[in-house]
Amino acid sequence: MANEFAGSGGLAGTTLRINLTTGEIKKYPTDRKLMREWFGGRGVVAKILYDEVPRDADPFGPENLFIMSAGVMSGCFIPAGAKIGFGSISPLTNGHGDSNMGGHLGPALKFAGYDLVIMSGIAPKPTYLYIDDGTVELRDATRYWGLGSLECEPAMKKDLGEDFEIATIGPAGENGIRFSCITHDFGRQAGRTGQGAVMGSKKLKAIAIRGTGSLKVHDLDKLTEHVTAIIQRTKAHPNMVPWQKYGTSFFVGWSNNNAVLPTRNFQTTYFEDAEAIDGPALVEKCLITHKACFGCWMNCGKYTKAVLPGKETVYLEGPEYETGALCGSNLGMTEINQVCYLNWLMDNVGMDTMSGGGVVAFGMECFQRGLITTDDLEGHTLNWGSVEDAEHFVDMIVHRRGIGEYFAGGTKRAAEKIGRGSEKFAMQVKGQEMSGYDGRYAPGMMLAYMTCDIGAHHNRAWTITIDMAEGQDTIEGRANVVIYMQHIRPLFDCWCICRLFWGELDIEPEEIVEALNYITWWNIDVAEALKTSDKIWNLVRCLYLERNQANGRTFDYPPARAWEDKIPSGPNAGKGLSWEQVEGMLDDYYACRGWDNNGNPSREVLHDLKLDFAADNLEKIGLLGKPLPNGIPAVRGQRYKAKAF
Amino acid sequence: MTIKRIKVTSAKCTGCRLCRQICAISHFGEINPRKAALKIEAHFPQPGVYRPRVCAQCGKCMEVCPEGAIYRRDDGAYIVVAEKCTNCGLCIPACKPGVIFQHPDVPYVIICDNCFKCTELCNTGAITIHVRPVKESA
Repeated sequence: MANEFAGSGGLAGTTLRINLTTGEIKKYPTDRKLMREWFGGRGVVAKILYDEVPRDADPFGPENLFIMSAGVMSGCFIPAGAKIGFGSISPLTNGHGDSNMGGHLGPALKFAGYDLVIMSGIAPKPTYLYIDDGTVELRDATRYWGLGSLECEPAMKKDLGEDFEIATIGPAGENGIRFSCITHDFGRQAGRTGQGAVMGSKKLKAIAIRGTGSLKVHDLDKLTEHVTAIIQRTKAHPNMVPWQKYGTSFFVGWSNNNAVLPTRNFQTTYFEDAEAIDGPALVEKCLITHKACFGCWMNCGKYTKAVLPGKETVYLEGPEYETGALCGSNLGMTEINQVCYLNWLMDNVGMDTMSGGGVVAFGMECFQRGLITTDDLEGHTLNWGSVEDAEHFVDMIVHRRGIGEYFAGGTKRAAEKIGRGSEKFAMQVKGQEMSGYDGRYAPGMMLAYMTCDIGAHHNRAWTITIDMAEGQDTIEGRANVVIYMQHIRPLFDCWCICRLFWGELDIEPEEIVEALNYITWWNIDVAEALKTSDKIWNLVRCLYLERNQANGRTFDYPPARAWEDKIPSGPNAGKGLSWEQVEGMLDDYYACRGWDNNGNPSREVLHDLKLDFAADNLEKIGLLGKPLPNGIPAVRGQRYKAKAF
Repeated sequence: MTIKRIKVTSAKCTGCRLCRQICAISHFGEINPRKAALKIEAHFPQPGVYRPRVCAQCGKCMEVCPEGAIYRRDDGAYIVVAEKCTNCGLCIPACKPGVIFQHPDVPYVIICDNCFKCTELCNTGAITIHVRPVKESA
């Protein structure tokens, strides 16, 4: 049965609101004004969370919302129009949280007729959301509860049919492990900000979607011509072949050659065994097939298997770069099958491989330094490079046994419990673990971690190659580039398409906005897109300040290792940041954003972005930024041509 | 004279389904992979392969069609005459690759017509055009 609300301009037409406590399901026409003003995806999630979730709501409580948004481009004929965004107040950061994934779920949601699904409450028993075109039901998931993510998906496909797209959480999400992920398509994850944990808190085990409808766009002929031309042109791009062959996995070698590869919990930046866990090793030893998301011609996904002595052969997607770094060199793993196995393990229990890698690495360094011992580990050790140790530790965390309870909250919370100086090497910002680049000799990357709105994540501003290109000793001017990246990159998360093709295949932002204008009725240019992204960024910042009730600056510091420890070994030995440099980068960043020196947005900048309501709210709690003596910058962020790798 | 059909190399398929998107756009002017005349089977978690399924040009559909709504064109394609097709679906179980489709919006069955738009877009060589010369019959 089709939905009664017709879509157009890339929208499917219908918004679902579901109260998991009562089981009430309501359909509304998608708010086109909201979509236009907040760009769908991440932007709409930000606005809904700001408007609807009480400031004191527990991320695991019934008042937190769990939102799915497929934006305006997902499902459309556009390169990698495959994404779906998830959003809620993050149990890791206690601020706005959003995370997205590729695969086929976002398009399926759109083809079923829905742009947005907003869920509140807590289901009385394990439940899954069933969507089959116009039919929307909350169904009993008791028989799936407890299954690993990679076990649950085939079980549900067997029950419902192969043509359903499935997203699930694993035991980690069920047990409220704060860095739990959502898994789909046998290895695609929405990993960051603990969206899987929020699903688990709502007793929502899975989402199953089948959609058979059509999507209407503003000008399909022009869109088809434009996108076909982009695809045909980029087939011959020199990056296409290595990208198709290795995906992001070959970045392990690049990072190591440039000595920015996190090694043994970011103690150093050069890993002597990097070659053994690099992309070529993965392809040679573990690859089964290349795997693409919906509508993507770059197929960065690598479907692999891990064969380890004494262990059952396991099948997984990955590791991509971040997992290769954070579950590889950062844990001291010296063989690619080990990395694959840990990738599978975390996927199946349903924890983010990035935060998961960071948490296990933190545990290993605590063990190295004697802060936790075998007595804390049920008689086990927790040594670098040991799959067995890591596997046992993950099991303790997932089931919250003993000291696993400390680590179930992530590195920040674990360090608060363990104390004794461990906070210095809890490699996180705002509660979220760092991505796979050491920023001590990559100042832009460090600033990106510090100021990222969801904690230390690279996806908002991936500036590592810019640090290389512009000089790793140069700090001046980096803030404005970070801000530009923080505006342009999240646009992809708004529109729900992948961003990888943009930088890697030299596709200009103007070409993407042209496609957007063929899909939607918006008729915008890149400048307007960037300003809307600036607006979203500021609203997310305001929400963070309102929920956490302190000056923004207090939340923007990295762990002390960032400035106290120089890099001890490898090509960048002796390099590092000083405290003054860390402070200076923040001063510069705030000034470029139109925020005061406390890191609080000023009324002037909020007014410029039509966020006066947020300025009023900040003023009420004394966190509105002071007026800037020289006024605010007219344009925040300086355009930078991202060089193809 | 030549006969053309789609040639499949399963090992090269990455499951992106661009082929299904462009097929539906070309034939129906709609973004809807469910209206495509080919499909990609995904066999996961094991063994972990994609298998494109395309028209084999075996002609079984034409044989079983009670309305005479399907004919063979010179290039080898089996063409559905929309006006004659009653959408009875008898051809569907006769199709070994399983690539005859029905859609609630479409009053006739959907069968590949050799437009090869899908092969033009495929970036891995999983589906290509296979050309075979045929002798002129006397």
